[in-house]
Amino acid sequence: MKIAYFPGCSAESTARDMHASTIAVAKSLGIDLIEPEGWSCCGATAAHQTNPVLAAALPTANLLLAQQMKMDMVASCAACFNRLKSANHKVQSDSTMRKQVAEAVGQDYDGAVKVRHFLEVLFEDVGLDTIKAAIKRSLNGLKVACYYGCLMVRPHEVMNFDDPENPTSLDRLVEAMGGEALDWPHKVECCGGGLAMSRTDVVIKLTDGILQMAQNAGADCITVSCPMCQVNLDLRQKDIKKQMGRDYGMPIIYITQLLGLCLGNAPNDLGLDKLIVPPTNVIATMTQNG
Amino acid sequence: MTLQIKKGTSKKGLLAEIEKRTGVNLSACFQCKKCSSGCAVGDLVESPPSEIMRRLHLGAGDELLESDLIWTCASCETCSSRCPMGIDVAAVMDALRVLCLERSKAKVTPKVFNRAFLNSVKRHGRTYEMGMVTAYKFGTGAFMGDVDKFPMMLKKGKLSLLPSSGADKKTVKRIFKNLRQKKEGE
Ligand code: SF4
Ligand code: SF4
Repeated sequence: MKIAYFPGCSAESTARDMHASTIAVAKSLGIDLIEPEGWSCCGATAAHQTNPVLAAALPTANLLLAQQMKMDMVASCAACFNRLKSANHKVQSDSTMRKQVAEAVGQDYDGAVKVRHFLEVLFEDVGLDTIKAAIKRSLNGLKVACYYGCLMVRPHEVMNFDDPENPTSLDRLVEAMGGEALDWPHKVECCGGGLAMSRTDVVIKLTDGILQMAQNAGADCITVSCPMCQVNLDLRQKDIKKQMGRDYGMPIIYITQLLGLCLGNAPNDLGLDKLIVPPTNVIATMTQNG
Repeated sequence: MTLQIKKGTSKKGLLAEIEKRTGVNLSACFQCKKCSSGCAVGDLVESPPSEIMRRLHLGAGDELLESDLIWTCASCETCSSRCPMGIDVAAVMDALRVLCLERSKAKVTPKVFNRAFLNSVKRHGRTYEMGMVTAYKFGTGAFMGDVDKFPMMLKKGKLSLLPSSGADKKTVKRIFKNLRQKKEGE
């Protein structure tokens, strides 16, 4: 199957590992991801905090590329997924906005390109059974806290993804890979997202709460699907150690990295070396016998 | 808590302006405070979202734009998704931020960051962290924060020394130009 794939800016910097593992998993499962030529930034949080028309116009420029390709648009980054889908919603539900966006972009757009998260493609197009059958190595009972964060699930009317308060897609995938998806209360709490640089104080406070809860639940690692969540939770463990003396040593690993490992992809093709807290315990659990 | 409501510079308060910009009916709010109890930063700020809503009802003016929540809010949308009246509280936060950009010169860090971010997008069509971080640090004077992490981030390829060249810059520039970016993003 062919789908237009929107990597997002972080694919070229902080989330090279998310990008690499998405590509590797897609390849293993026969999904043909095609990068639209000339894709540009979705605007992220900065755009919608600054100008609502800009926030819809930047994703629209990209959605028009997918429309030309006559394909659905898939994103692995939860933030891009959110911005692309919100833009569709805006131009569809607000005719004034549609006009303003058309004026800004220089072309009218009807909001018709189907925007999907890579997880949805895994579930709907590939299917859990096929994935199970393709698995070469089990997670061997690895205890995984599945962390969804905000952007994938909220607002539900727009994202229409899973259950906004207790989503289970990551959990089901982890179970299919032979891991134990933990029941824990911080699945959809906020990590501070786009405040990563401008309000580190807030991010440290929020990530500390999430890490603590995962640790209390007995997690070996936290799995994520958003580059902002990944960086905040991974990078801030150092600051938390320095400021509060708590040393979590908790690997924060993309779901596509876990899946890639199970599908037999080489760790280097999955960007595992890019994680700040090394996933040593994950690999150890996967390689131990029975 | 005690609420101090002063009339601001705008005669009728901000209520009508916010309703116009967001299409949200603020009078539906009955102060159940569900938005505040779920707010990611609710216990870090002086004015949680339900208080902002109440102050809008009571006719607060531009002084509301100085509320700490506006630039502490992480746009997590929990407030909007839990409000029993279906009020898009997060959209109210966005509208307050945009008003703040239009009316106040205060150099709040997220404001400076957003500008650095969007300038980078305007220039390269995609975000270019190194350029953006430099602009942000010059804008805020917060040079030291996180520099300890740069060597590791560079080594891991989590930061690029050069901007990406793949974007259709013409289209992005056109969007920014057409929106004239008002005062922002200069
Ligand atoms: S949740 Fe909705 S109704 Fe309740 S206080 Fe907040 S805005 Fe008002
Ligand atoms: S969007 Fe902002 S105001 Fe609303 S719950 Fe999240 S942090 Fe609080």
